[in-house]
Amino acid sequence: MLNYIWFGLIIVAVLLGGINGKIEEVTKAGLDSAGAAVTIAIGLVGVMALWLGIVKIADEAGLMKLLARGIAPVLRRVFPEIPRDHPAIASMMMNIAANMLGLSNAATPLGLKAMEDLQKLNRSPGVATNSMCTFLAVNTAGLQLIPASMISLLASAGSKEPTAIIGTTIAASTAAVFAGVIAAKLLERLPVFAVPPRESGGASS
Amino acid sequence: MIQHVIHLVSVWAIPLLLVGIPLYGLLRGVKVYECFVEGAKEGFQVAVRVIPYLVAILVAVGMLRGAGAIDLLSGWLDPLLRAVGAPAEILPLAIMRPLSGSGSMGIVAELIKTHGPDSFIARLAATAYGSTETTFYVLAVYFGSVGIRKTRHAVLAGLSADIASLAASIVVCRLVFPA
Repeated sequence: MLNYIWFGLIIVAVLLGGINGKIEEVTKAGLDSAGAAVTIAIGLVGVMALWLGIVKIADEAGLMKLLARGIAPVLRRVFPEIPRDHPAIASMMMNIAANMLGLSNAATPLGLKAMEDLQKLNRSPGVATNSMCTFLAVNTAGLQLIPASMISLLASAGSKEPTAIIGTTIAASTAAVFAGVIAAKLLERLPVFAVPPRESGGASS
Repeated sequence: MIQHVIHLVSVWAIPLLLVGIPLYGLLRGVKVYECFVEGAKEGFQVAVRVIPYLVAILVAVGMLRGAGAIDLLSGWLDPLLRAVGAPAEILPLAIMRPLSGSGSMGIVAELIKTHGPDSFIARLAATAYGSTETTFYVLAVYFGSVGIRKTRHAVLAGLSADIASLAASIVVCRLVFPA
């Protein structure tokens, strides 16, 4: 699927750019973005190392297992493929908690740790499991209790009540999470999205 | 009051985690320093592993923006949005949101400037921005970090969440804020 989307984005950009007489901008934007991607990734190294270090301590101290047991009843419904007590449950929970608090610096490293844990349960390594897709649906919905960046944007523009959007944001992002999870659960059954047979027999079935 | 509590939470959350987790570790007899370094070692590899995926997505999105595709698409979808009674000003943001975080933040800032920070449109835009994530960025980084190339239904599920967040933002803001 991503093959077609990716190529689609590029060919549309080039065709449109040609028609609009913006082909030079298209080239420049493409090359600039390639550089920006590396800057973003390298910028992740520090916080990534910090949180992976902290998570390792939490893991060693048994905190992750404790966390997994505490919230397992809820998450087990959403992620039935993951065994009890598996570290993936705890790291997903920590990622979601960091997102909810608006700690985006912590959320990404914790989320990537969760992906690594989920990957350990994956029997066809290059293919996404059902749990991964559901987890990403939750993440792209971005459940957030405090939309900090928007509050400060409104405040800096001189808003009288910048926090007015907290309630509406929580409501809308909750709706998004439900929609994402339901969509993931329904779509995973479609034959189009099945794990390719050659690599199947995975932990996801 | 609420503002104060929120501020406290966001200021204290990280320092408390940075103290609390190693403290708990020490009490449980974990060699916290050695353990930290061991875990932190992976930070670099994870970040580097993400690069090719991120380049692929950001280049495609960047080219599309450069070509002016967002404005064009907004123009096409405008009548559709008007037909269901949604404010058309929000459309460029809705299209940009799953593709680019900084790009959509720019659109929100623009809308706030044009309509005023306490206007219905500004609040709707801020709600719509805050209630979802940059789907394609998340997919690239998260799948990239573990080398997943076949993403199956993840894109569609993510976009479903985006559409739901937009629809919910419009409905909830209509209810809460007088237009």
